[in-house]
Amino acid sequence: MKRLTDADSSKEKKDKKLEEEVYKGKDSKKRIYRMSEKRKISSITATVFFTFLGILVIFPFAAAVLASFRPGQELIRYGLSVKLDRAGMTLNNYRYLFSGKHNYFLWFKNSLVLTILSVSLTLIICYFVAYGLAMYQYKLKNLLLFLVIATMMVPFEILMLPLYQEMIDLRLINTTAGVVLPGLCGASTIFFFRQFMIGLPVELLDAGRIDGATEYGICLRIMLPITKPAFAAMAILTGMGAWNSMLWPLLVYREARKFTLPIGLNTLLTPYGNNYDLLITGSCFAVLPILVLFLCFQSYFIDGMTAGAVKG
Amino acid sequence: MKNLKKLLYSRKAAPYVFVLPFILSFTVFWIYPLFSTVKMSFQSILPGEIRWVRFDNYNKLLKDSVFHLAIKNSFQYMLLTLVLLIPFPMLFASVMDSNLVKLKGLYKALLYLPALTSVVVAGTIFRLMFSELEGSQMNQLLSWFKIEPIKWLKLRSTSYFALLTIACWRWTGVNMLYFLSGLKNIDKGLYEAAEIDGAGGRQKFMYVTLPLLKPTTIYVLTISIYAGLAMFLESFMLWNGNASPNNIGLTIVGYLYKRGIEKNQLGYASAVGLVLLGIALTINIIQLIMNGTFRKEEKA
Repeated sequence: MKRLTDADSSKEKKDKKLEEEVYKGKDSKKRIYRMSEKRKISSITATVFFTFLGILVIFPFAAAVLASFRPGQELIRYGLSVKLDRAGMTLNNYRYLFSGKHNYFLWFKNSLVLTILSVSLTLIICYFVAYGLAMYQYKLKNLLLFLVIATMMVPFEILMLPLYQEMIDLRLINTTAGVVLPGLCGASTIFFFRQFMIGLPVELLDAGRIDGATEYGICLRIMLPITKPAFAAMAILTGMGAWNSMLWPLLVYREARKFTLPIGLNTLLTPYGNNYDLLITGSCFAVLPILVLFLCFQSYFIDGMTAGAVKG
Repeated sequence: MKNLKKLLYSRKAAPYVFVLPFILSFTVFWIYPLFSTVKMSFQSILPGEIRWVRFDNYNKLLKDSVFHLAIKNSFQYMLLTLVLLIPFPMLFASVMDSNLVKLKGLYKALLYLPALTSVVVAGTIFRLMFSELEGSQMNQLLSWFKIEPIKWLKLRSTSYFALLTIACWRWTGVNMLYFLSGLKNIDKGLYEAAEIDGAGGRQKFMYVTLPLLKPTTIYVLTISIYAGLAMFLESFMLWNGNASPNNIGLTIVGYLYKRGIEKNQLGYASAVGLVLLGIALTINIIQLIMNGTFRKEEKA
């Protein structure tokens, strides 16, 4: 993000300079003046438009946060409505959330463990695989690359039932291993690392070999440090995926004590009783870790997000 | 033993050691389930009793009106998301790329925010906003225009509106970022050249931006088709489970879940999954051929 804005602002400066220079010239003075005026108007229009869009996007969040300070009965009676009056605002929902009378923080902990475990394992494994796919020339390479892409082409939902069956056979139902294992070799993560690595000079490898490092030594001591930015981008993106994942954990975890946050929150609504207050408060609190992460590492999020799109 | 170690450390063997985890995971968690779902689709699976039934599951699917409804719903959702989530983000991205907007970083971050939330959180918020109660946000909005409250999630058209609102809310910013990164790769000199040739803003967009954004557009189109066809959790959250009134929100994956998990008919559900796979692959191959992706590769 920083790089981007720097480039933008320097370009803007250049544009301004150019405009000013031309503005000083005598013959085309009038025409240029009119153009920059027009540009100013469209600039204001665009900014107003994006501000409006931003407000539309923030609105549901704001409504949810406001609702988390109101008694749950109001939600049941009126649905989500924005009321700004201070009267009736209460911290009771949060007090209840932190009182530990339910499984919320147990779910929070489970989600945290699952996220840390799956992010660290996924990154390590995908890094090695991508290294094997990017830095060597061998017969099966293209076939393997094709297979990586093929796994992206088949929606996970289709494999969900046979995988579920497989997990039952392997006795991995209700275990974290059962949730984590099938996702470890994420095709998009492998692909991202590979794209990053093929941009790096191969000479580094040869230099390492001449210095007597083994293939694995090169991979760990030379390439790993250079690949750090890719690790950061993928850590954030896979972390977000793991923190928010729902469908597969929903199938694997059977006991309320094992649930992760998304499944746990979902169980708060039953036909027999709606804990909307806890749900909305818990939801706000569940977004918090990702939000903090996002605000700190924005550029990595965006790099990771768009890495696959560039090549098309 | 020493030889084995030598082999393992040789330059020839090393790449295979590196890709070994992928080969393992691919076999165990991809090839095996894919084959077993094909196998299961020809079987009737009851606890302790597996029968081969040949094409019975598929024949049943042909006549299953609920399944037809699910396909219709998924397609409708997919098409509508394509209409909403490709042109608009592209337009937003090109406005943002034109340096007209200050504080770009802020707007990008704002529009990306919804993508961070889980479907559970998004679904809960929007279910409450689209609640049928008089005081809910959407009904309050209607009351400004003196329209009676609507039971949003009980009618087909309004519930689609709700589903699409969630989709737009969550993915506009993400798709915009994809297009922005595509725009970054376009040589700015081309715009200058077009300008010298007398092209206006609209012409520049039509004849420079659009054709050069094609790779990005294909990518976004591909992932949107998949996401649209495989939509399930949004509906699951909006109706608090997989049971919308008259199945107005039932999708193909929802039906797969219903048959496979809720009713434990793994064979029938596998057939549903393979139909979905067939649809997704067909659309993507057609789309790739139409876009000339294969042709280009042959030339190169």
